[in-house]
Amino acid sequence: MTADIFDVNKILKKYEYKDSSLIPILQEVQKLNEEKYISEEMAKYIAAEMKISKTRIYEVITFFSALNDKPKGKYFIQLCNSTVCEITDKDLIENALVSELGIQVGETSQDKMFTLEYTPCFGACDVSPAMRVNKVVYGNLTESKIKSIVSKLRGDTHE
Amino acid sequence: MNRTQKVITENFNTYKVEQIDKYIENGGFQGLKNALEKGKDFIIDELNISGLRGRGGAAYPTGKKWNGGRQTHADVKYVLCNADEGEPATFKDRELLVKDPYKVLEGLAISGYTFGAKEGFIYIREEYEFLHDKIRKAIKLAEENGYLGKNILGTGFDFSIKVFSGAGAYVCGEGSALIESMEGKAGRPRMKPPRIGVAGYMGKPTQSNNVETLAIVATVLKMGAVNYAKYGTEKSIGTKMISLCGNVKKPGTYEIPFGMSLREIIYDIGGGIVGDKDIKFLQLGGVSGPLMPKKYIDTKYTYEDLEAEGFGIGSGAILVADETKSVIKFLESVSYFFFHESCGKCTPCREGKRQMKKLLDKMSKGTATTKDLKNIEKISRIMTDASFCGLGQTAATAMLTAIKYFSPELCSSIDEIKAL
Ligand code: SF4
Ligand code: FES
Repeated sequence: MTADIFDVNKILKKYEYKDSSLIPILQEVQKLNEEKYISEEMAKYIAAEMKISKTRIYEVITFFSALNDKPKGKYFIQLCNSTVCEITDKDLIENALVSELGIQVGETSQDKMFTLEYTPCFGACDVSPAMRVNKVVYGNLTESKIKSIVSKLRGDTHE
Repeated sequence: MNRTQKVITENFNTYKVEQIDKYIENGGFQGLKNALEKGKDFIIDELNISGLRGRGGAAYPTGKKWNGGRQTHADVKYVLCNADEGEPATFKDRELLVKDPYKVLEGLAISGYTFGAKEGFIYIREEYEFLHDKIRKAIKLAEENGYLGKNILGTGFDFSIKVFSGAGAYVCGEGSALIESMEGKAGRPRMKPPRIGVAGYMGKPTQSNNVETLAIVATVLKMGAVNYAKYGTEKSIGTKMISLCGNVKKPGTYEIPFGMSLREIIYDIGGGIVGDKDIKFLQLGGVSGPLMPKKYIDTKYTYEDLEAEGFGIGSGAILVADETKSVIKFLESVSYFFFHESCGKCTPCREGKRQMKKLLDKMSKGTATTKDLKNIEKISRIMTDASFCGLGQTAATAMLTAIKYFSPELCSSIDEIKAL
């Protein structure tokens, strides 16, 4: 398991193994994982420790979009495709992302640096079109902004 | 003339979360003091005079809701602040929490006192994670200063607040689904009755209020309902926070008196349309709201004027689309959203959205027929009438109004194909 069991146990203890705290528990456990997801092994471990079924854990993970059952790249890019971003030229941004990253929406790059996904509105419509990278909001996006953001994330020094 | 107001937003840009003393200097917690001093009857009277209606979208009179709530008896009761602002095109609650967190906490404490709860929660959507620590800090400082915690202001009233993080699910904006998620379950709406006001969190009576509603409660109890009621119109009293966005020059959160026209809002406050284009349509109240064609933009922004034309205030979102936007593409984005967010519990919503998506795909590919259009309309009506919760009941609103106002556009793409 990527996450340290010691840390996971600490989280479980903090929430007193209460199943009513399943969502914060899973959120915190997911944060321990660099790949931003809850592995099957981890789900099994938590189920056993909390004395609840693995199905219950998966029901919750798959229901909520902030909980992932699949690994994400180092930079998890979530492009908003809801109404406001849609009419403020999200398509241009999407094309720029696809061409800069060399992956389609829904994919993770081979080097696991980037995952690109759609996400519903995250309440940044006043700065639409917008995206989140590892939960940090980037707004008022333009094609040239995308270029510079991606190259910064790649660690390119030339700007 | 820009008629934005500073009533609910009086403290915006006047303090940082660390500076609770500045909030207090500005008259902060005066609403709570008045509430505790003068008692529950006074609070209900003030709310009734203020004409306040729930600002989450349901628009139910707050005074009436609170008066009913305080008469429910139980050993333990809870109050919630619903900061799960998930309605696309809506971000005014975010602004309130960013720019005046103490006012929201103050409103929540007043709701706790009135409802008879010792414990309150603020349920903040996961997407506003950047706010979670800030609000925790505000809670801590309010406790240290005696405005939360034990024996508040020496009145014997105990009240504490905890932050709960959502996990990304629009349907959790619905009270019972939100509570399901707080209990560690998938957020599917519960069967009613019982309403959450009777059996909510952990089976106890739970009263939930929107962020803006609570901020207004604190404002009204500070300034006096009669003064607050000087704003607005006879039937839509007071001021309203709006989320103005889309193809306007100055998108943002604004506080306006009820009664301005949409035209004034878009041009005087929003600066007009980007590129000085014309307006094609608006969507009021977020993604679950109707599309409003341009011809209605002289309508006054009040509950009664909008309702008379078949529209509504909803969440207070005002999305503006310029003349170059495609209604079909817009509907696709609406449909994608609901497709993604349907919890899958009931058939009309789950299957309806699937069908709607299929038909929309056809429309945008240009392979749809007039029969398909009739079909979409039928499915939309079934979803609206037969879905279990508000999500399914409103998922087809945009589609139905698009058919009503833009069928030439929807049809022309159909007929062109037929002519080929
Ligand atoms: S209407 Fe949709 S979201 Fe609501 S209960 Fe039915 S399936 Fe779930
Ligand atoms: S619609 Fe994109 S952030 Fe709200």
